[in-house]
Amino acid sequence: MGQSGKSEQKPKAAITYYPGCTMKTSATNYERTALAVAKNLGIELNELDDWNCCGVVATLAKDDLMHQLAPIRNLRRLQEKGEDKVLVLCDMCYNTLRQSEQFIQDNPDKLATINAFFDQEGPYKGGVKVIHFLQYLRDEYTFEKLKKKVEVKLKGLKVVPYYGCMLLRPKGCAIDDQEEPRVLKDLMETLGAEVVDSPYKIECCGSYNTVEQKELVAKRTYRIVKAARDQGGELIVLSCPLCRFNLDERSRLAQEMYPDFVPLPVMYYTQLMALAMNLDPDMLGLEKHYVDPRPLLKKKGFLHTDAAETEMSD
Amino acid sequence: MTEETIREAKQEVLGTITIYIMGKGYEVPSGLTIMSAIEYAGYKFVRSCGCRAGFCGACATVYRKETEHKLTFTLACQTLAEEGMYLVQLPFVPAAKSIYDLDKIELVGNTILEHYPEIARCVSCNTCTKSCPQDIEVMKYIQAALRGDAARCAQLSFDCIQCGLCAMRCPADIKHYHVAQMARRLYAKFLAPKTPQLDVRNKELEDGKFDKELDRYEKLDKKELVALYKARDHEEGDSS
Repeated sequence: MGQSGKSEQKPKAAITYYPGCTMKTSATNYERTALAVAKNLGIELNELDDWNCCGVVATLAKDDLMHQLAPIRNLRRLQEKGEDKVLVLCDMCYNTLRQSEQFIQDNPDKLATINAFFDQEGPYKGGVKVIHFLQYLRDEYTFEKLKKKVEVKLKGLKVVPYYGCMLLRPKGCAIDDQEEPRVLKDLMETLGAEVVDSPYKIECCGSYNTVEQKELVAKRTYRIVKAARDQGGELIVLSCPLCRFNLDERSRLAQEMYPDFVPLPVMYYTQLMALAMNLDPDMLGLEKHYVDPRPLLKKKGFLHTDAAETEMSD
Repeated sequence: MTEETIREAKQEVLGTITIYIMGKGYEVPSGLTIMSAIEYAGYKFVRSCGCRAGFCGACATVYRKETEHKLTFTLACQTLAEEGMYLVQLPFVPAAKSIYDLDKIELVGNTILEHYPEIARCVSCNTCTKSCPQDIEVMKYIQAALRGDAARCAQLSFDCIQCGLCAMRCPADIKHYHVAQMARRLYAKFLAPKTPQLDVRNKELEDGKFDKELDRYEKLDKKELVALYKARDHEEGDSS
């Protein structure tokens, strides 16, 4: 890293980043905006070179070691690379990896079995810390520092933070207060937005039931989004790609099931951060959303017509 | 004398080893491939035999050596028979294949997953990789397919000979080799660099550009052809 003239070059904070499958498929806009935001903040996110699907959901059966293999494989890879922590964007991946790490810490005998199964592939010794990007921003980067990077205050934008489950439950994984989390509220206020609270902010979106029982999820979509709108919210902000799918894409089915239902646009916190930090609007990937956030953002003056029309091809 | 000493003596003095074909023991000369050893024992392969060169995947073999507990997977034509091998051939793997028309499908992130939804059941146990006689990183290519990376799946699975051992061992019923073949086809059709020069050449052929030359060669006798061939332009060291 060279020194440019008299200005002091702060060393970049570098951390290994585990993407997970969704970041590469249906949530490419989340990844893209997160990486852009990180770059702007001087955080170097280096994608783990060799990774597999995290397994999606932490297994609940204590004797089910088969479903620990997928997450532990990733943790072992990190350990092989000499990493003792990993940053994760996807809430589901965060939860699965974190729970697996906790499981082997609590059950060294089970870890021994898993390592016996790994055999010549090599053992996992435990000790990799799993961190969510929101945690990192709040605890390591800090919101005070972030405030200085805000160029466009999201003034007048009434956002409803939505957390879902994965960052709050079970207790060992919680990155915030389980009943009254505030990390998204604090982040949004840092960006200058007006935060509207919703009683359903920690209500489960229905998660993977969206595959086999769409109506079950659409029912929850209706309830959660309606509550947000009834409280005066204009936009829901969240951090989980599955929640995004359930509250956004499933609004389509909710509209069929509940004729009075009017959906709300749903965005990732990184997309709002990118807007507030005045980054390239063409990379926001808002065209991937079912409920288009662009009209609202344009009305509030955060997006300009010509920029918003450009579609990003993945 | 220990069992091992007897075995070693037998191998050295008589030049034979004992192999077990479906549990029955046979004395065969050492130095034969598994396939030849089985044939020496009097069996005739009507299935589970093909190119005999490690390329067709017909002779998938599972064996366990008497002194070990682990199973090993290989091709019968490529591995030498060893003392105490308990052998079994796998002539056929009934893996379901998705029927698709390459001209009608698109390559998007979920294409492979849509045709083979069971790849989402992969638990990363790596049993497939351990079963592969070609040392392919099977689990890695399934993971690539899972995240829609057809190019990486195609690249990693290149050496696959479709022996089917991976599919037989998979606890999630994934048909790895069918998935990989689809990835390779999608890669070739949608992602591989196009070769416009091939189209040019094909057109030239159709337009008859080379007809005269081809006619000329057809009319030459063997002696003239051989002389022409020997006199052709070629690199040093290229055997003629």
